[in-house]
Amino acid sequence: MSAVARPIETAATPLILKSVTRRFRVGKRIVTALDSVSAETTHGLVTGLIGPDGAGKTTLMRLIAGLLRADEGTIQVFGADVDSNPLAVQGMLSYMPQRFGLYEDLTVQENLDLYADLQGVPPADRSARYAELLHMTGLKRFTARMAGRLSGGMKQKLGLACTLIRPPKLLLLDEPTVGVDPVSRRELWQLVDHLVRHSGMSVLLSTAYLDEAERCDAVLLLHEGQLIGAGQPDEFTRAMTGRSFLAHAANVSKRSLQAALVATQGVTDALIQGEAVRVVLEPGRAPSTIWSERFDHLDFAPTTPRFEDRFVDLLRSGMASRTPAPQTLSAAPSMAARSDSAIEVVHLTKRFGIFTAVDNVTFTVQKGEIFGLLGANGAGKSTTFRMLCGLLPATSGRLRVDGYDLRHAAATARGRLGYMAQKFSLYGDLSVIQNLRFFAAAYGLRGVRRNKRIAWALNEFELLSLADATSRDLPLGFKQRMALACALMHEPDVLFLDEPTSGVDPLARREFWLRINALAERGVTVLVTTHFMDEAEYCDRLVVMAQGRILATGTSEDLKHASRTADLPDPTMEDAFIALIEADAAKQPGLET
Amino acid sequence: MNAPLMRLRGLIRKESLQILRDPSSIAIAFILPAVLLLLFGYGVSLDARHVGVGLVVDEPSSTAASFTSQFRHSPYFAPHDFATERSAEHALAGGQIDGFIWLQGDFARMLDAGRKPAIGLFVNGVDANNARLIENYVQQSWVRWVAQQAASTGIADPQPIDIEPRIWFNPAVSSRDYLVPGLIAVIMTLTGALLTALVIAREWERGTMEALMVTKVSMLEILAAKIVPYFLLGMGGMVVSVLIAVFLFSVPLLGSLVVLVLASSLFMLASLGMGLLISTIAKNQFVAGQIAIITTFLPAFILSGFIFDISSMPAIVQWITHIVAARYFVAILQTLFLAGTVWSVLLPNLLALLAMAIVFLGAARLTARKRLD
Repeated sequence: MSAVARPIETAATPLILKSVTRRFRVGKRIVTALDSVSAETTHGLVTGLIGPDGAGKTTLMRLIAGLLRADEGTIQVFGADVDSNPLAVQGMLSYMPQRFGLYEDLTVQENLDLYADLQGVPPADRSARYAELLHMTGLKRFTARMAGRLSGGMKQKLGLACTLIRPPKLLLLDEPTVGVDPVSRRELWQLVDHLVRHSGMSVLLSTAYLDEAERCDAVLLLHEGQLIGAGQPDEFTRAMTGRSFLAHAANVSKRSLQAALVATQGVTDALIQGEAVRVVLEPGRAPSTIWSERFDHLDFAPTTPRFEDRFVDLLRSGMASRTPAPQTLSAAPSMAARSDSAIEVVHLTKRFGIFTAVDNVTFTVQKGEIFGLLGANGAGKSTTFRMLCGLLPATSGRLRVDGYDLRHAAATARGRLGYMAQKFSLYGDLSVIQNLRFFAAAYGLRGVRRNKRIAWALNEFELLSLADATSRDLPLGFKQRMALACALMHEPDVLFLDEPTSGVDPLARREFWLRINALAERGVTVLVTTHFMDEAEYCDRLVVMAQGRILATGTSEDLKHASRTADLPDPTMEDAFIALIEADAAKQPGLET
Repeated sequence: MNAPLMRLRGLIRKESLQILRDPSSIAIAFILPAVLLLLFGYGVSLDARHVGVGLVVDEPSSTAASFTSQFRHSPYFAPHDFATERSAEHALAGGQIDGFIWLQGDFARMLDAGRKPAIGLFVNGVDANNARLIENYVQQSWVRWVAQQAASTGIADPQPIDIEPRIWFNPAVSSRDYLVPGLIAVIMTLTGALLTALVIAREWERGTMEALMVTKVSMLEILAAKIVPYFLLGMGGMVVSVLIAVFLFSVPLLGSLVVLVLASSLFMLASLGMGLLISTIAKNQFVAGQIAIITTFLPAFILSGFIFDISSMPAIVQWITHIVAARYFVAILQTLFLAGTVWSVLLPNLLALLAMAIVFLGAARLTARKRLD
């Protein structure tokens, strides 16, 4: 922590960064991945390196591990300079890269043996160390299993065990919780906590999940290569005291309210949380000063600040206020308008051989509704999605999209829907305008309509100045905008979004959801799959899936409400999700999770 | 055990386990050689056999029949009779025959009169190799027939021509005998360069390399751990190939086994060096595979003298063949199998292989740095 002012012996400080700068060449441009970052960490603590994808987290980790060389500045690990003495530094630290290098064709035990050899663990000490690590990670029963056949969460735990085979003084974990289901994520955090408390290790852990910041002892906030904040997480949230509220307004739908609040003077942040709109006000603003003639009655209730509130506050204060996407305010749609169902799924089942990927799933999505499919990797979300897009035939059950039965009219139904794939399937070598032209042609648009839609996309998504830029070099947030523009090219009635905002920074994510909300207000039906628990808050209703089955259906408030206990009076979506998974696992003894 | 040795042991054990569990590396090392050998041994032959030839005889006579009969009884030809030169030409153009022999005018009388009869030979030159073979066979047949005629009629040949081609080192002139030793070089290139380049690229792709690099392991240890198991694997493939060559195809192995092992080891090291060098440049399996095929496998096929004779290539291409390691190994193998331990041929080639092994391994060591940038 740079905030710590007391003099510390350098050799006792795990990490000292002094004006570390690192640039990369991307095509013809020079990208500054890290821009003069200076920071220190304290021994025996978990320091979080927090930031969205592309913030420079992995670059910093690799610089510290001696895998990359800094262009400017110095890095010291316990007093040893990384640049001049990388082997000494590598002897003190262990590094778990984002995709940890497990050998998938070796067993759990063989992976451990390899890293024990590489780390020079004396054979006499091994059995005790193995026993401890296997116990800690819960992998004892799986020592003979191939690493490739472990679940995502177990792989991460094995990676951690291999990294810890020789207890390091400094442990670097690069996004250890990405792609891991919420239950395993919680277990990984417990492991890290245990290590720090009992082994006196220092940990630097990077993550794009802002809710994980609150679990760290100290955090470094990175954004676009710059350190925008450092300190204890509660300092960050404390700074927001009295600025976070939940707003309700009579006669106005939550989405319209959010859209209006975002554009209102004095509001730093507004996003949908359950049935209310979470509002962060500018410093010194009282709720009573937030006024608009458009609200009949606006009700503000104070709420506990979150880390994300401060992060967004920091990001916003660092840049000129941006004009949000044009929004129209409309009243809550009446029930009559919502009676038509856009998507009907009845007893849907999909089997691959003896494996049932989707098991008797039933749900209905109304027109203009934002509907979520929530579940960990492998829960059956993508399979359901592919069947709805007409890309995969169902084994049994009924599927209707916008009134068309996908068994008989898959092509017609496909013409009515827009699809935004995970990782944004764009042609990286083509420019923005070439991608738009291609997708317009692919959707069969011609002549005046095609030109009109391309002009609309460039304008609506603020891509005009980037029209000739190569898509590959665009920041993630722009790629996401472009992917959405392409999916909307043919004005579909139903929009499918597959993990739309993973890794995108919080501001880009807010902007994205504002657009989606505006579309829903105009009657477009939106179906979203996500494993991001907080993304569930944006959905009107959602289903929670696990092992191909639906565990629960309802609004996010319903689901959170159902998991409320005496210990946990105000559960988050993640708590609710874990409660559902655990209740389901309890019903089915003998199943490994 | 000291730390570097322990690290090396761990890496070699890991590498060996991966080879044993990965069916594709076993397939490339043992099954592919067998398949390639069988394919080339049985399927591809550069000898002409049952070549379709047309026979056009303007004025049939017993002398003419005597000449044409040797084509009818030759295993090399499958003759077809045509009434006119025109119809034979038509068949040649249509691809039914590869060439035809035209005995023009009064063949018998002219011969009896001691004048040279006109024999037309038309050959489809699209396949130059085949064309030359037909040409040679027909000429030899003519010479032989003239000699026979002279002997049977008791009339001494006015100009006794004794053309007896002698073919050394491959008395049976079986293309198999020189294809199979050359093929061994191609096969070893596969395991040496292609497989090695792929497995290291795989480590980059799966992120295992990044994890290895942060340990105290040195680049030399990582490289050594790759060389040892793949060297053994390649030599295993080599043994399989030699056994198939000698026992299934009865290719003679006249030279010394010790020199064979020595030459193979040097070639294997040069190939491994090339594979390692490729993998330090190309960090994904697709690119590594492409580069390995273009820079090692294809040259081993085309520029090594295994199928195409180097001395008949254009000067610039001949010069390029000097940087193809397989060229030297093919020369060594063909010498060892067919001619014996001829040091004057073996030594320069062995030295060239040694130099290439040193250059490639050294270059791989110098380019492999323990950093990602």
